Amino acid sequence: MELINKNEIGKKLSGRLLLNKSMKYIFLLCTLVGLVVLATLLIDTIIDGWSYLTTDFFTNFSSSRPENAGIKGALIGTLWLMATTAPIAIILSVGTALYLEEYAPKNKITDFIKINISNLAGVPSVVFGLLGLTLFVRMAGLGNSVLAAALTMSLMILPVIVVASQEAIRSVPSSIREASIGMGATKWQTITRVILPASLPGIITGIILSLSRAIGETAPLVVIGIPTILLFTPTGVFDTFSALPMQIFSWVKMPNPEFQSITAAAILVLLFILFLMNSVAIYIRNKYSKRF
Amino acid sequence: MKKSIFMAALLMSLVFILAACGGGNASDPSEESTEDSNGEATEGSEASADAEGSASGSVTGDGSSTVAPILELINEDFNAEYPDVQVSIGVSGTGGGFEKFVAGETDFQNASREIKEEEISALEEAGIDFTEFKVANDGLTVAVNTENDFVDYLTFEELQTIYSGEAETWNDVRDEFPEEEITAYAPDQSHGTHDFFKEAVMEDGDITAELNQDTNVISQSVTSDANSIGFFGYNFYMVNQDNLKGVPVQGPDNEEPVEVKEETVMSYDYPLARPLFVYAKNESVENNESFMQFMEFTLNNASSAAEEAGYVALTEEEMQEQKDKLEDFK
Repeated sequence: MELINKNEIGKKLSGRLLLNKSMKYIFLLCTLVGLVVLATLLIDTIIDGWSYLTTDFFTNFSSSRPENAGIKGALIGTLWLMATTAPIAIILSVGTALYLEEYAPKNKITDFIKINISNLAGVPSVVFGLLGLTLFVRMAGLGNSVLAAALTMSLMILPVIVVASQEAIRSVPSSIREASIGMGATKWQTITRVILPASLPGIITGIILSLSRAIGETAPLVVIGIPTILLFTPTGVFDTFSALPMQIFSWVKMPNPEFQSITAAAILVLLFILFLMNSVAIYIRNKYSKRF
Repeated sequence: MKKSIFMAALLMSLVFILAACGGGNASDPSEESTEDSNGEATEGSEASADAEGSASGSVTGDGSSTVAPILELINEDFNAEYPDVQVSIGVSGTGGGFEKFVAGETDFQNASREIKEEEISALEEAGIDFTEFKVANDGLTVAVNTENDFVDYLTFEELQTIYSGEAETWNDVRDEFPEEEITAYAPDQSHGTHDFFKEAVMEDGDITAELNQDTNVISQSVTSDANSIGFFGYNFYMVNQDNLKGVPVQGPDNEEPVEVKEETVMSYDYPLARPLFVYAKNESVENNESFMQFMEFTLNNASSAAEEAGYVALTEEEMQEQKDKLEDFK
């Protein structure tokens, strides 16, 4: 008696192979749909905007006259916004993550807080804009300043960084944690000298990825009422400013068709900054991820 | 035991962070907010303090995206002449801008429609006196595809049949029109243009059409769709004149259809002509010298800026009236 009935297998084999093959192409198609759309968009934007990326484009302020239009105000405003958002968001969210992972007692209240932080990550950005408008712009009287926008953005990206940091802290092996305590280190020493360095790549990746979300975010800025027509750059965090996504949003609505190309050029600049930030995130992740 | 000490340390550091934030607030003069900060042009403390020292100042405005291009042009020329005055203008739309104007956050408010009753009472309640200035005229333009050769003009009633959704084909609009399906496009509710059309043509009935937030999409749709109709500001018609056909409109006061063009808009023979406004806060005109300069500059240059932006200037008499209104503040 044969253990394998070749006849029987032969009958089923072709069907299975076909299924295997067709699934491969279906998944390839799924991947391609996203890629092709993205590539089309990118190529279209590059063709449209490339010739507008001149030095003048970076040194001129926004203008209603297409030949004078530039992104100086918006670009510097965006850099101010990011430079202010980053420290606020980092201190608040890494602090939160450390407390939740290292100090908080394991009870229902802590669980409740953790669940809510995860839920916050899914709240639409426009809601954070409304929160920022009421809390920072109106109640704290910060107006549409860099600080008001940065605080709003920080709140928006806070949950993402907290969750990423929590993951990173949790992934530090308990053996080295215990070893540190066993050597007589205090909890604070263990955190600053063992846990934080070990979890830093994960935390930084989370920070950079959420900052690159914040940099392209338009809705909260629209709600806060960031001006788009201004011919000066901020000199401090209490000054008002403009930002790249706002500039893009207002240019795309201009009647003169030439502004469509100028918008494309501004999109390229924003994409380039995004690309740069994401590359840094990937670099850090790759460089430091093989520690344990 | 140790645990609680570290908890305390963490709490302390949080307190420090909060204190730092609080310190930021405290140094801001607008902490006492709404009433006191009205005189101040911006909420920015350091900047405006510095600015006052060097005899320059700041001006803030917000409002309609229709009026914004005119003010942007004016601001560019103003900045060349008065480089020390910091002007910032937001584009939150007429309604969104009025909210800020009521909150006392802006010195002036751009509007593509007249101020509403409820906005007037809100301003009264907030204790904000204002003055209305007309800066330009806009002719809301009804346009069809260039291939459309049967529409020679439309009356208000016919426009009403189209935009109420009553007419499904062009034949339902007028008997001599062909049995072709109509696609109607209109700006969405965030635009003053939408409100104006609704009030002027629809007698406050709802607009049933493909609504879009981006006016460029409307003009492009009408350009590509042979049986479509759409309406938008005169500036969008000006830059797309070769791709669109402007439709003469006959209002209830017109004896015959009127074509949309500079003269008919300026004289208001065109039934869908409307003024564009800048509302100025009286207190800022009186107390903020930079704002007075800005308003003077605005009225002196509004006509040329309006034309450059694709709108129609006010008549000279009318512009003089606006200038006289500002002169009264001196």
